[in-house]
Amino acid sequence: MSVFQNKVSVLALSSALLIAALSPAQAASEVDFKTAYAAAEAANKEAGRLRDQWTTTQAALDAANKAADAGNFDQAVASAKEAEALARASILQATSEKDAWKALEIR
Amino acid sequence: MKLQSAIQFASAAVALAALIVIGPSAIAADSIDPAADAKAFQKYFTDKFPRLELKDFVNGPYSMNEDMRRQWQEKEEFPPYEFSLEAGKEMFSTPFRNGKTYADCFPNGGIGIRQDYPYFDGKEGKVVTLELALNRCREANGEAPISYVKDDMAALTAYMAFTSRGKPFDIKIPNDPRALEAFEDGKRYFYTRRGQLNFSCASCHVQNPGERIRAEILAPALGILNAMPIYRSEWGGMGTISRRFVTCNIQTRGVPLEPQSDEYRNLEYYLSYVSNGLPISGPGARP
Amino acid sequence: MASTIRVRATANGDITEVQALIQHPMDSGFVKDAQGQIIPPHFIQQLTFECNGKSVFVADWGAAVSKDPYVKFSFKGGNRGDDLKISWVDNKGASDTTTAKIQ
Repeated sequence: MSVFQNKVSVLALSSALLIAALSPAQAASEVDFKTAYAAAEAANKEAGRLRDQWTTTQAALDAANKAADAGNFDQAVASAKEAEALARASILQATSEKDAWKALEIR
Repeated sequence: MKLQSAIQFASAAVALAALIVIGPSAIAADSIDPAADAKAFQKYFTDKFPRLELKDFVNGPYSMNEDMRRQWQEKEEFPPYEFSLEAGKEMFSTPFRNGKTYADCFPNGGIGIRQDYPYFDGKEGKVVTLELALNRCREANGEAPISYVKDDMAALTAYMAFTSRGKPFDIKIPNDPRALEAFEDGKRYFYTRRGQLNFSCASCHVQNPGERIRAEILAPALGILNAMPIYRSEWGGMGTISRRFVTCNIQTRGVPLEPQSDEYRNLEYYLSYVSNGLPISGPGARP
Repeated sequence: MASTIRVRATANGDITEVQALIQHPMDSGFVKDAQGQIIPPHFIQQLTFECNGKSVFVADWGAAVSKDPYVKFSFKGGNRGDDLKISWVDNKGASDTTTAKIQ
């Protein structure tokens, strides 16, 4: 949460600077990537515990790694965020299906 | 203040009472009754396809219409699984390095027993499938286990299914809470949506058998395992039950489980049980 | 090793119907394996059916024929009990031959 808040303030500051100096927004760093990647990996691990990982989550994680290796941290952070979103969606699916599956059952 | 907490307490008590009243009936609805499940399952399919006989379902999409049936009959004259079947027969009769054979691991020498698998092993407390039993047989005789998904495993199970053709599935659920739980767990896996495409096994094989998914005609879940292993033209080769489960998961963009993990074993147990009475038709050929 | 060729030939009056199944990978040379390496081309180039020493069906095949190919055709002039010889040669020089009696 605090990271998010920092980002918001950085964003506010940079947009203020943008208006002032027309300078581009700050590029993502390796630290940003590592934070985003760790969050995505943790979420995917949780999905694994629920036995419902998605292949697309792994693909996004791989893409993040590849971009980071190439030094493109903007892309790496974007891919890691996508992976986290996918992993969270798979967790949501597994959680809601805990009872929802019964609706489809033939009785 | 006092009054407020009293009201709160009272409403909590009412809610609790309501819960107690609802409780037992909810449990009754969730009780595990495999026989009733199998009956309802088979009725669903025979109602959906009133022109098919029960035993026709083991031929999957080929039972669905006249054209497909003719294709299947022609294919059966010269089936693509023949090479695998022959390889399986040879493997089955070739002794291990210790001189024993697969026949020593199975009742009746492994001939005509496919319809009894999977079974619930009371000692282990888990479901044992034919593929699992074959690899355990290898390991017990000092041989390395083989891949669960194709080639040798498909050939062996093809031969064992072939010697059991026509015998009705005869899966038993012993009066053991663990066996009932395994059945229930398999059912849960079957109906649970997974993968990014949000499909359950049932989405295709219960709700849409006979319909097309891209170029394929979906097979009914009833009798789907009776035809295993199968030569899939799409795969360009043979595949086992393990392969079918794994590829189904991948196709919904889900990460598959390990072949013969507990969930897959339970799923096979459930799916086989609800097809009880339908004849073994494996090895099969599918488009 | 067991033969790579399965064949069934049945005479029905004047016409002999032949069905054959051949075990062969038929790699086109355009497919990559799991490691991303090209699987080298490996396919049957010529398939021949001879009845009593005379060719009745000759196929020049290429990379576009599927794995484990199946062939069905019929010809005039075969009789019950005649020998039908089937042989194939692939692009690596491998070959197989089998002989079946027309039934």
